[in-house]
Amino acid sequence: MQAIQQYIDLYREQHEVIDQHSTQVLNALRPEALRRIESCTLPSTKHEDYQHTDLAAMYAPDYGLNITRIELPSQPHEAFRCDVPNLTTQLYFLVGDNFYRHHRNKELPNGVLAGSLRDMAEAHPELVARYYGKIADMSKDSTVALNTLLAQDGFFLYIPKGVVLDRPMQLVNIVGGGISMMHNRRILVVAEAGTQAKLLVCDHSEDDGTHQLISQVTEIWAGDGAVVDYYNLEENASCIQRISSTFVHQEANSNVLVNGITLRNGTTRDNYYIALNGEGAETNLCGMAIADGEKKVDVYTHIDHRKAHCNSNELFKFVLDENALGSFAGRILVREGAQKTEAYQSNKNLCASSTAHMYTKPQLEIYADDVKCSHGATVGQLDQQALFYMRTRGISEAEARMLLQFAFMSDVIENVRLDALKDRLRQLVEKRFRGELSQCQQCAMRTQKQ
Amino acid sequence: MLKINDLHANINGKEILKGINLTVRPGEVHAIMGPNGSGKSTLSSVLTGHPAYEVTQGSVEFYGKDLLALSPEDRSHEGLFLSFQYPVEIPGVSMVNFMRAAINELRKYRGEEPMSATDFLKLMREKRAIVELDNKLASRSVNEGFSGGEKKRNEIFQMAMLEPRLSILDETDSGLDIDALRIVAEGVNKLKNENNATIVITHYQRLLDYIAPDFVHVLYKGRIVKSGGPELALELEEKGYDWIKKELGEI
Repeated sequence: MQAIQQYIDLYREQHEVIDQHSTQVLNALRPEALRRIESCTLPSTKHEDYQHTDLAAMYAPDYGLNITRIELPSQPHEAFRCDVPNLTTQLYFLVGDNFYRHHRNKELPNGVLAGSLRDMAEAHPELVARYYGKIADMSKDSTVALNTLLAQDGFFLYIPKGVVLDRPMQLVNIVGGGISMMHNRRILVVAEAGTQAKLLVCDHSEDDGTHQLISQVTEIWAGDGAVVDYYNLEENASCIQRISSTFVHQEANSNVLVNGITLRNGTTRDNYYIALNGEGAETNLCGMAIADGEKKVDVYTHIDHRKAHCNSNELFKFVLDENALGSFAGRILVREGAQKTEAYQSNKNLCASSTAHMYTKPQLEIYADDVKCSHGATVGQLDQQALFYMRTRGISEAEARMLLQFAFMSDVIENVRLDALKDRLRQLVEKRFRGELSQCQQCAMRTQKQ
Repeated sequence: MLKINDLHANINGKEILKGINLTVRPGEVHAIMGPNGSGKSTLSSVLTGHPAYEVTQGSVEFYGKDLLALSPEDRSHEGLFLSFQYPVEIPGVSMVNFMRAAINELRKYRGEEPMSATDFLKLMREKRAIVELDNKLASRSVNEGFSGGEKKRNEIFQMAMLEPRLSILDETDSGLDIDALRIVAEGVNKLKNENNATIVITHYQRLLDYIAPDFVHVLYKGRIVKSGGPELALELEEKGYDWIKKELGEI
């Protein structure tokens, strides 16, 4: 409790300023969030689901919050001008947790709304209030409650019934500026019945040595038959701590792909809560993490099969080198009556050094008797035979390791349903592995300059 | 090109090679025969630099260089090639990416520019024809799901791509039907010229009907105990290895 007390105190002292610089829809949930936080404690490392992430340590520093919404000087659209070739997106930015309002996009079709959560909630309070905070369950995790208590803005995407968005949406989060801050971001995606949309969320940060805490809560509503892709790509500096929780609500026959990719980070905890609320819904939840040095990546997933005839496929892969620590806990809950459920989970991991640690924990909880469910978890090393075979063909050990590690990740990349992003990811993953092979190739990896 | 002098090698502390002497000159084909467990595959592993083996004594010179001081990849760059008895499957690494990496690292070693994509694919096509390797195999993962014959043909295909100065064929005939054996052997013969050499490791005379050796050596208990011309292979085929053991006074 101590670690977050300072933020509770901050809220008590400053709640008028916080409210004033946000909007009614967001403010309405703060009293409830406060009650939640005060009635429960921050889960410690003794807590079953938080054994490998020390939340108290994450929240302990006295981070600043930008509650008066000062615009940090930044030209994100300049910096990101040429970054993703062949991928034309509608581009939006959050600088810290502040929506960047100076970038103009092409007009959106047929009543689609995209932009600042705060602005949208001002303009369409009923619409936003119908979903905001309704998918993210504050009782699941006190970090979500804390985020709800303090979040003032974020990104909102609304696709009205039947609209197909051809162009992918991209939200770029930028963190930096040399001041130690806590960033409380919200992302809300509402895809009504029969819609199709793809959202790519990228995290970037300046590697300036200042410690930052990112708290991100994403809510996704997929209506009847909606097809939604949500990609979250993390390329953060090692001084960044990040805790994210992604909540997905799926109606009947909806199809949602969630892909969480951690290429560079400091300490990361990603939670995924997916609820299948209508028959015929399908979830593809996958992700990968590449970590070395002292980096930590801790992934927790919870797929809740509430209705019959739903499918879920889950695939997470980790490649850990040096002293990196990885953790995966995947729970699948099949409720009573959720007959004909098909739920598959796979977690495969590679420890490229003898000092890397991987913890994996599949958990299946099944209360229906006519289902197909499976899980598999492996932790292994690089195939020494394959390595030697490649070297006898003149491929250097470093290159051979890169090829094997890249091959290991290829099926997660194959799950991407956006060709340009798939190509881009191949490049990024390859560069990531190469960059780490020889420290002098760091320049191959792009560091954000502003 | 190759001078092996009094080579001793261990695996897990057990001595397998107990003083090998062998000289190979350009244009020659040497056959190494011998019963199971005599050290034939160990010799090829030691020459290519397998990390599990420890050389305890002796030297190997390859074109004047100390071969044993080189990494496996540099031995390849210097022109040494091993066709594996059991080629390794590498899921997720396509043949194209694998070969491109191999070719470009070789070019880098020689101080040349990487090969263009067009030239590379042309080269692949050309060399594939030598062992009648299907285009479909070339686009799949390395050796994954290949039949025994396809794996061996794939080895010779790689040999054709890399154009080594010395090739070691380790039991390349094992597990091959007669058609595959013919294709593999014809491939090897097409690649043969006066500047390169081949060491054929085999149990049987069968492969030597297709790849004619200039010299035949019998490896037994970690030593070359007998050397001769092609007629030695025929004699072994006829009489087995017992007469050699007898000559050594073991029986």
